[in-house]
Amino acid sequence: MSTPTRAPSGAPAHLTGAGGGIGADAQRPDGVLKVRGEFAYGSDLWMDDMLWGVTLRSPHPYARIRSIDVGPALAVPGVHAVLTSDDVPGEKVYGLELADQPVLALDVVRYQGEPVALVAADHPDTARRAAARVVVDYEVWEPVTDARTALGHPTWNQVHETPAEVTELSRESAHLHPQGNLVRHLKIRRGDPEPTADVVVIGEYEVGMQDQAFLGPESGLAVPAEDGGVDLYVATQWLHVDQRQICAALGMPEDKVRLTLAGVGGAFGGREDLSMHVHACLLALHTGRPVKMSYNREESFFGHVHRHPATMRYEHGATRDGDLVYVRATIYLDGGAYASSTPAVVGNAGTMGLGPYVVPNVHVDCYGAYTNNPPCGAMRGFGSVQTAFAYESQMDALAAELGMDPVELRCRNAMEEGSVTPNGQVVDSAAPVVELLRRLEAMPMPPAPATGADVDLRDMPGGVSNTTHGEGVRRGVGYAVAYKNVAFSEGFDDHSTARVRLEVVGGEAVATVHTAAAEVGQGLVTVEQQIARTELGVERVVVAPKDTAVGSAGSTSASRQTYVTGGAVKAACEAVRERVLSRARDLVGRAVPDLRLDGGKVVSDGEGVALTLAEVLADDVVEETLEWRHRRTEPIDPETGQGFAHVQYAFSAHRAVVDVDTELGLVKVVEMACTQDVGKAINPQAVIGQIQGGTAQGLGLAVMEEILVRDGRVQNPSFTDYLIPTVLDMPPMRIEVLEYADPHAPYGLRGVGEAPNISSGPAVLAAIRQATGLPLTRVPVRPEHLTGT
Amino acid sequence: MDFLQPATWAEALEAKAAAREAVPIAGGTDVMVAVNFGRLRPTTLIDLTRVPELQEWGLDDGAVRLGAGVPYARVITELGGRLPGLAMAARTIGSPQIRNRGTVGGNLATASPAGDAHPALLAAGAEVEVASVRGTRRIPVSEFYRGVKRSALADDELIAAVRIRPPAGPQQYSKIGTRNAMVIAVAAFGLALHPDRRAVGTGIGSAAPTPRRAPEAEEFLAGELDGLWESRGELPAATAGRFGELVAAAAAPIDDVRGTAAYRVHALSVMARRTLTWAWADYRKGDPTCA
Repeated sequence: MSTPTRAPSGAPAHLTGAGGGIGADAQRPDGVLKVRGEFAYGSDLWMDDMLWGVTLRSPHPYARIRSIDVGPALAVPGVHAVLTSDDVPGEKVYGLELADQPVLALDVVRYQGEPVALVAADHPDTARRAAARVVVDYEVWEPVTDARTALGHPTWNQVHETPAEVTELSRESAHLHPQGNLVRHLKIRRGDPEPTADVVVIGEYEVGMQDQAFLGPESGLAVPAEDGGVDLYVATQWLHVDQRQICAALGMPEDKVRLTLAGVGGAFGGREDLSMHVHACLLALHTGRPVKMSYNREESFFGHVHRHPATMRYEHGATRDGDLVYVRATIYLDGGAYASSTPAVVGNAGTMGLGPYVVPNVHVDCYGAYTNNPPCGAMRGFGSVQTAFAYESQMDALAAELGMDPVELRCRNAMEEGSVTPNGQVVDSAAPVVELLRRLEAMPMPPAPATGADVDLRDMPGGVSNTTHGEGVRRGVGYAVAYKNVAFSEGFDDHSTARVRLEVVGGEAVATVHTAAAEVGQGLVTVEQQIARTELGVERVVVAPKDTAVGSAGSTSASRQTYVTGGAVKAACEAVRERVLSRARDLVGRAVPDLRLDGGKVVSDGEGVALTLAEVLADDVVEETLEWRHRRTEPIDPETGQGFAHVQYAFSAHRAVVDVDTELGLVKVVEMACTQDVGKAINPQAVIGQIQGGTAQGLGLAVMEEILVRDGRVQNPSFTDYLIPTVLDMPPMRIEVLEYADPHAPYGLRGVGEAPNISSGPAVLAAIRQATGLPLTRVPVRPEHLTGT
Repeated sequence: MDFLQPATWAEALEAKAAAREAVPIAGGTDVMVAVNFGRLRPTTLIDLTRVPELQEWGLDDGAVRLGAGVPYARVITELGGRLPGLAMAARTIGSPQIRNRGTVGGNLATASPAGDAHPALLAAGAEVEVASVRGTRRIPVSEFYRGVKRSALADDELIAAVRIRPPAGPQQYSKIGTRNAMVIAVAAFGLALHPDRRAVGTGIGSAAPTPRRAPEAEEFLAGELDGLWESRGELPAATAGRFGELVAAAAAPIDDVRGTAAYRVHALSVMARRTLTWAWADYRKGDPTCA
């Protein structure tokens, strides 16, 4: 593939960093730049002759477009292009799993904020003013804004009627898409279909719409190339799946559409779907000029998918001794206007939906629905976050009903190695659920809340806003456990590609690792260096910019990159090493059984240093490119949900301690403790960072984070009113990391990023429930819920 | 867009008189947010950060004269003793960066019902000193707020300063937000006890179209304290409770994304009761300024 003839400023550079192999707290190669504010993010991309692209979006959640008149916008001086769906040369719809989302609106808009037209101008303000002059004649329709209504399941009773009737019912409601409003219905049927139990608890739960709230808005720069193609620099999560969709929309072959990862300011799933990718390419190809698009904060809330809101009904049956007999669960996920990754989210929510507990008899129905709400898709935890609030609330309710300690009940029913999951899969590596809980229990508790004159307001609910000096404050403690599939499931061909080169530069051995795996802030670039250092015995490892000049690495999601791209880098390093050692054996002229690479040299324990790499390689370059796959999974049975669906499970547990001002309904999380099995901590410091970050994001959903949508319209698209935890909301943590190697995984590692995001929120909710004695069936918990106002 | 940078107060007033649609900017924590979100496209901005007298505070005729451009961070560090209620309000505002930039003058100019300084200014009985090329006038702060984001400022006037008498008694300030920092008020309450005048000052924020006092609550409490000022006796719990109810009754809140009207009313009653309890305890200890 050709490289771009002109690169913008702000394009990624090669990264090198301080030493350390696997298991070391190696420093991030981009860390100093980021701390100094010198790291170039996607929004920093710049070319002197570039134009600015902006998007005109639908103000209506549901409407037919009668006509679009771009004339007044084109008449604005400084405007170079105004494009609509007529200008999309290739496929006019795209999507991660189902191609159902228009690149630019066709005849119908299905959510507020849907892109309708594009403008390129020489100044972003000019482009914005011109976009406001595009005349769109809408016939406004009544939006469908509730998932159960969209599916024709307005009451819980109807849900339990037969599937045939459900289908019949759903025909009666408005169809947002030709195939109906059902995106996916996952069924799990296992064991006795009509089980009975001594004790039964039933609960209904609701989870609001969370946003990824990454700080770096959607940004990229498209540069038209001399070969008629386009080079796109973009902050994204999976370069190759973007490339596939962009090529389809542009009607171009892959060698004409080249992507390079720009600096990514957080992702959390929100960059799996396309945002400005095709739009910038269309404008660049149309104008023959580089085009930059960078959303502002408000537009960003309309520019990416969110976490699915969920409505759930659970019924748990147990013996009087506390052994789970059965669980019936019905889960509705509101996918919004387009499919995005809803089918896979439904897969996770359904198969993971009972938590890390052994349940002999299982009946689960999980539905993903189309509505006219904002599209929902991937977000850290991916379906498991929602169900964890329900299953952990149920475990607490069951414990209360049985008069048992909630931790005892959990331990009694906990999965272990060899347990069978609801989808009939044997857990074939460590599942230390009991140990995670027992270690949490054994940790010391934080000191009791201060009162009177000793009060430090920062420790109080309300903080320095001075709402209480101890009045009304009650403490609560809650526990929760997560389990989460790592990597892509249900038979997906989940692979990664790594190109590793070893050479001697200026007398020093240098390894270069080239993958397309998106670094979104999680630290994969560090891990790639650590693996190369360990496998090739060199200190200096360069990470090449992430681009499509090398094969796909798969998505930076599903806690999978250290596992899968780490696996690919390891395999490519091994292939390089084998070639180098083979050359060394040829040079030595005889068999040395224990030759290895260490400290830039070929050494043998028996014979000491055999050769330097300079002697072995001279001016040659040894390079290997490898595609690597984890073990295959299989689709689940559509009627029973049984099958070997998941590669690996991650387990974490949280204990939350909260103080609640019960009179004002304000919450202060006093301490979060977390235990997690990570198999092998490739970079222990980065593992701690993932646990802290995931914990904060889960806490946020429990007590404050929600996109409020009314009649299909977003009410709070800003960081003024979409609140994420501050340093006074996120408490200090106690963390214990366990390392039980998974024999199926490279180095025995387990994906880390998502599990703590799943168990954190339910632990906080349980603690608030204990402090207040209120049932609390909805998150985020608001002061109104706690005060009955 | 014109960007004017007057170096003196006289130049600033002349600029405002010449371009009445001009928007003054100090810390920019309101103006720049509106500009960045495309809600404000002023034809002229008048940057007031170079006018020296706006950046100063001093004592004048027994009152603190707080220049309109003094940032909250300085209110906290330099005026915590003289203006305890306002300093408590300032501590609840935004982040350290915002407190370094934002000003009381800006809070008044924006006149948002959610502005954090307003309840403290109302409780303390502050006056707003405004000026134009026509001259200077003082407006009692309770008459300054005229509607949602509307004030008594004429279109050729700029805010010069706020005048606040140092406290003769304890002051308190309390604010509800749905996170523990950096949050716009769901409801806020300011309280000042004025033993010198045998009076009570109150201020309600985020619970009516404008910041407002709770006059009935003030009168009720002043009546209940008759005699107690001298004895510094215990305040009956029922008095604090009734005070809270009357403060809540003075509010006229709405449901919005930040909270329900019912919660705001409830929260005001709790904040009023608690702040009165704390203020009275301070008064009984004889510490007039302890917050």
